[in-house]
Amino acid sequence: MIAGAVGPVLELEGISKRFGALLANDGVTLSLKKGEVLALLGENGAGKTTLMNILFGHYAADAGAVRVMGRALPPGRPQAAIAAGVGMVHQHFTLAGNLTVLENIVIGSESLWKVGMNRDGAIRKIEDLSRQFGLPVDPMARVGDLSVGERQRVEILKALYREARILILDEPTAVLARPEAEQLFRILKGMAKGGLSILFISHKLHEVMGASDRVVVLRQGRVVAERVTAETNPAELAELMVGRAVARPKRQAHAAGAPVVVAKGLRVSRGGGMALDGVDFEVRAGEILGIVGVSGNGQAMLGRVLSGLARPEGGSLTFDGRDIARMTPRQAVRMGIGRVPEDRHAEGVVGDLAVWENAVLERLRDYARLGFVRRRAAMDYAEALIARFDIRGAGPRTRTRALSGGNMQKLILGRNLAAGPRFLLANQPTRGLDEGAIAAVHQELLQARAEGAAILLISEDLDEAVGLADRLQAIVKGKLSAPIAAEAADARKLGLMMAGVWGTADAH
Amino acid sequence: MRIERREEVSVTALILAPFGAVLGALVLCAGLIAMAGVSPWVAYGEMLRGAFGSRLAVTETLTRASPLILTGLAAAVAFRARLWNIGGEGQFYMGALAAAALGHSVVVGLPLPAAWAVIALGAMAAGAVLLLIPALLRLRFGVDEVVTTLLLNFVALLFVGLMVEGVLKDPMAFGWPQSVPVAAGLRLPDLVPRSRLHVGLVLAVIVAGIIWLVQARTVFGAQTRAAGLNPGAAAFAGVPITATLAKVAILSGGLAGLAGAIEVLGPVGYVTTTLSPGFGYAGIVVAMLAALHPAGVVAASVFVATIFVGADAMSRATGVPSFIADVIMAVALLAMLVALLFATYRVRT
Repeated sequence: MIAGAVGPVLELEGISKRFGALLANDGVTLSLKKGEVLALLGENGAGKTTLMNILFGHYAADAGAVRVMGRALPPGRPQAAIAAGVGMVHQHFTLAGNLTVLENIVIGSESLWKVGMNRDGAIRKIEDLSRQFGLPVDPMARVGDLSVGERQRVEILKALYREARILILDEPTAVLARPEAEQLFRILKGMAKGGLSILFISHKLHEVMGASDRVVVLRQGRVVAERVTAETNPAELAELMVGRAVARPKRQAHAAGAPVVVAKGLRVSRGGGMALDGVDFEVRAGEILGIVGVSGNGQAMLGRVLSGLARPEGGSLTFDGRDIARMTPRQAVRMGIGRVPEDRHAEGVVGDLAVWENAVLERLRDYARLGFVRRRAAMDYAEALIARFDIRGAGPRTRTRALSGGNMQKLILGRNLAAGPRFLLANQPTRGLDEGAIAAVHQELLQARAEGAAILLISEDLDEAVGLADRLQAIVKGKLSAPIAAEAADARKLGLMMAGVWGTADAH
Repeated sequence: MRIERREEVSVTALILAPFGAVLGALVLCAGLIAMAGVSPWVAYGEMLRGAFGSRLAVTETLTRASPLILTGLAAAVAFRARLWNIGGEGQFYMGALAAAALGHSVVVGLPLPAAWAVIALGAMAAGAVLLLIPALLRLRFGVDEVVTTLLLNFVALLFVGLMVEGVLKDPMAFGWPQSVPVAAGLRLPDLVPRSRLHVGLVLAVIVAGIIWLVQARTVFGAQTRAAGLNPGAAAFAGVPITATLAKVAILSGGLAGLAGAIEVLGPVGYVTTTLSPGFGYAGIVVAMLAALHPAGVVAASVFVATIFVGADAMSRATGVPSFIADVIMAVALLAMLVALLFATYRVRT
């Protein structure tokens, strides 16, 4: 948008980086102009994060140069990048939860050898910056008490405090709910108008379309295209990113059967408040019920209850008429309840175990005789899962950690779906996955629905929820709205539901 | 220069790591030996001769290795499950005490295999209880088991002191603080005549084989690894975390207790407060050098026993203090940690 006269503030030229057999970056060249918001778009594993780590000096490139304001940065020196005015906001924040905002911000910029610090001066500078860029935050608050969105503001302030003129954000919305993400992009645009240059990494098309001036598409470590955002469209970008046309599968009309899982008045308290407060829903055979809402409104607890990890204190929960309020995870698996956890790494798989071990972890007893694991049978089963669910880059003996997020998710889905569950809990099934993997996961869920499984989908991704679910309910502060039919769901209505404004039930 | 995680850790590197660590430790300690005024070549030669130079030396080394195999296994099974049992020493003593108490009178008159079985189970139970307490404190209240198991070593040793000066004191020992002896008929038979080497060695190697089988092939072994590597995912998949770790604690404490029992039933015959030259602590070194693998534990035990037995002989021959054995152990452990770092990470410039 702002073109011409001024030279690029940041240039990457011919950056290459190899990890073992993997060429993560292959001759990447790109430039960033003053006052510009540039999006670096690519699927997981396209080499985006590696590139940013090279730019910021966390890695040294095998070849190529990084220039800031025309001056080359020495490779592998984050301090040099900071001194040159490059600030980085990582995907996983690097803040100390037990320190205050102020302390987190000045750490690293204060000299180690100074006895006292200029507190008042630092506070004033932070307050000036937050006013100037619209980043409200209390310098004296403990970071551990802040929300994720606020923590991200602290990260940005930290970069600004160090006089960053170029701001790099790695997947900045990965941890944010949509309203927070929209607010972030408003702030970033304001900063660009104020003369800063911004480079953000994303694999989400809508935010790239909404927030950037220019897009560089990275695929398999190479720059495959560069577009002015105003002159492109999401479909083109998706195709450039994936390398082929991808479309999320569509839900086919299909009559639902009898209720399979029924919850009435479920209550779970947590630390004084109510995590679930009188939750009612029913999921019928052959339908997907979508639970939408901003994260932190009780979705996690609902997932835990339906996985057998937490027990409700009140209300009833039945599966085919049997009480499952007090079931254990093992009983859940036994009964034919499939569970896809919210966090694949923390709950889905044990990364350091082999794929075959994770494949049978839930039903070890079925693959054992006299306490000994029947390895041959377990490996055959894993082999079958890999073939049937198209899990790439893995054999039964591969360490599960080596799988990409999408393939890991296919493994988790596969071990749940292979047994033909009557009920499936899918908690954020596509979080952090790229377009190709999302389409595959959606296809599997719709397939299970067509085969008559009752599916409860908990998702923060509205497009996903509306696209997959037959009926939708919003979760707000532990309470569920009445269900509405997916056909009746428009953006305005869902927005109101997720804000807790409901009262009319027009489905059932 | 920076350090990056390797994508795939090679098995070869893991197998070579302990050899590199041992070599590194010997090279580093050569400097200390030289400072004591002795040629390292001579000193290490004496050490080797002291450990393997005669029939007696070999049997002594293997006698020393027997309880080490068991305490090493105790540490290895616990560490596999990320249960940091530093209390092998205390569990060893509790097992030894139980063996002496049972073997002195309780089981006398039972047929021999049954008497041994009762002693073994009693000793294992005594060791298990001492680890179960800190394990449950950790599972229930999050109390750090490194601290509690370590401190319980001192409690256990003082308890042994109390017993050998008190109710278990041997009235025939001319006032020496030692426990009543186990009945002569219950002592483990010698493996090699006219030596201290007893069938405890065979037992320890068999136990190592069983532990390997349990860890690598059973449901319990798989659950243990899952619970140790990722408790969240294990719990989600239906592995009962508390029960699994409690079982691991019983197994680990039991193995250390069994080590105490074979030392009492084998070469010694009674309990004193100096029964163990640090078998429990050395077991941690053994487990680490073995990369927690049961077969490695057997090999590492022989190595550690070689150093200790050899150092005594070297000390007598050259005048270098036998404390060098402790130094070599400690340096080998540190070197192993560094070697594991290089096996899992690479340094790039």
